[in-house]
Amino acid sequence: MTLELFIQYFFAGITYGSIYAIVAIGFNIIYNTTGIINFAQGEFVMLGGMISISLLPIMPLPLAIAAAVALTMLYGALLEICFIRWLDNPGVLRMVIITIGLSILTREAALHVWDESIRSLPYFVGNEISTVNVLGARVSPQVFWVIGACGLMVAFLSIFFQGTSVGRQMRACAANRKAAVLCGINTRDMVTFSFVLSAGIGALAGCVMSPITSTAYDNGTGLAIKGFTVAILGGLGNSAAAVAAGLLLGIIEAFSVSVLPLAFQDAIAIAILLIILFVRPHGLFGSGTAAGLKEF
Amino acid sequence: MALLAVSNLGKQFGGLQAVSEVSFSVERGMIKAVIGPNGAGKTTLFNLITGSLTPSSGSVLLDGRDITGHRPHQIASFGIARTFQNIKLFPGMTVLENVMIGRHIRSSGGFIASMLHLPWVLAEEQRIRQAALERLEMLGIAELAELEATSLAFGQQRAVELARALAMEPDLLLLDEPAAGLNIYETAEVGRLISSIRQLGITVLLVEHDMSLVMDISDEIVVLSFGRKIAEDVPEAIQSNEEVIKVYLGE
Repeated sequence: MTLELFIQYFFAGITYGSIYAIVAIGFNIIYNTTGIINFAQGEFVMLGGMISISLLPIMPLPLAIAAAVALTMLYGALLEICFIRWLDNPGVLRMVIITIGLSILTREAALHVWDESIRSLPYFVGNEISTVNVLGARVSPQVFWVIGACGLMVAFLSIFFQGTSVGRQMRACAANRKAAVLCGINTRDMVTFSFVLSAGIGALAGCVMSPITSTAYDNGTGLAIKGFTVAILGGLGNSAAAVAAGLLLGIIEAFSVSVLPLAFQDAIAIAILLIILFVRPHGLFGSGTAAGLKEF
Repeated sequence: MALLAVSNLGKQFGGLQAVSEVSFSVERGMIKAVIGPNGAGKTTLFNLITGSLTPSSGSVLLDGRDITGHRPHQIASFGIARTFQNIKLFPGMTVLENVMIGRHIRSSGGFIASMLHLPWVLAEEQRIRQAALERLEMLGIAELAELEATSLAFGQQRAVELARALAMEPDLLLLDEPAAGLNIYETAEVGRLISSIRQLGITVLLVEHDMSLVMDISDEIVVLSFGRKIAEDVPEAIQSNEEVIKVYLGE
């Protein structure tokens, strides 16, 4: 393999990898505060892309993206408030089934609003054929937007969870719910916030990836599977590990193209998911004994 | 007016009357103890006051305001903090962070503002950190601030939990067996701490089995047996109360 080809694959890998990582972090945020996997996470990404595309004719690109992120956050809050908040001590299984239902509901609604056509945002800088030369390889500038945006989100989240009162309350809620309540923390609000936050980062990822990957009403399912694989691969609830696992999966997928037919790309993620679930169910970076402790 | 007034409080678990018709009041600035044999309903009483359990009957008034049936986080924000018999800290967080969590109900940073890292959120953050550090210093554990809370020794964890409760600046502090599992030196230290908490203007209601500690620091004592109040008086009178002696020593 030539150096150029290697770099080409590598950038393709980290582009997809950082998006998987963001979806996985979305899973983790909600998992940490509620103990459930929100299977509608992929739909947030799809909504971000779709809403921004629809808003583009009436407003400039940055504004359309901001509005799409805000609207998706609102949608995340509504889902939580309407379908999860009022449940009294719901079982984990019941909540998971609810999120699967919400995922299907969102997807079908999107089909009616946006039909089956595949759309995409324009490239933020240049167009499909403009490239940046990296050591002889040609890389689309949008790739740097995706990597940059995902990197910023990870940095932002880590500051949010470490350095702000609300972020700390969300961690407290994850670490010991009962003690959090008796410290005066409204844990139901924290669950709503976690949905809002997950929806927001998912939507932003959906916007920056749209020029490269395009957006269709059923994008979410595939992303949710990849994101779930990454979350499990890194160890559920651990977001730093999700970043590493996301990049790993993205790079494995990208390089697999050089030895396997393209059609097998999705099968790789599923195969990895199955292997991990059999061999290390607590994830690559999680320790078995600590698996019972949930911590961001 | 009494800071805390409990009247005719009752809780039934199926056929078991865990607490029945308990009434007492706690005056502002007082240290009051609740004692009784195991299973007398002391912890249930605490859970009823803090809203972790909903009473089957009766009412709880805090400073004249009826707080019966409110949710636990609301009651905490009304000014009641508590510590637990089995310590409940947040694992994976440092001592300082644990105490800062207690502080948040006295701060005002909202979700959106926090997400945007607005300047006044950062200033608020600084104030929260400062207040938390002051509590740690008061309890003499400031040097542990950056250690993971759940990695500490038992007695230190208890101090962290106390610091967290104090950070809430409560009017009323409920202590559930603060001396459980401590040796006599640590117990004496806890006694001094509770007295210094009173100096801060915080009213204390505690459940405790260590009689020397209870007799030493309390202004008044409530005795429960099988969910009923059998005596309420100053420590000297409780020590010579026939019924109390009967309950503790048998007939």
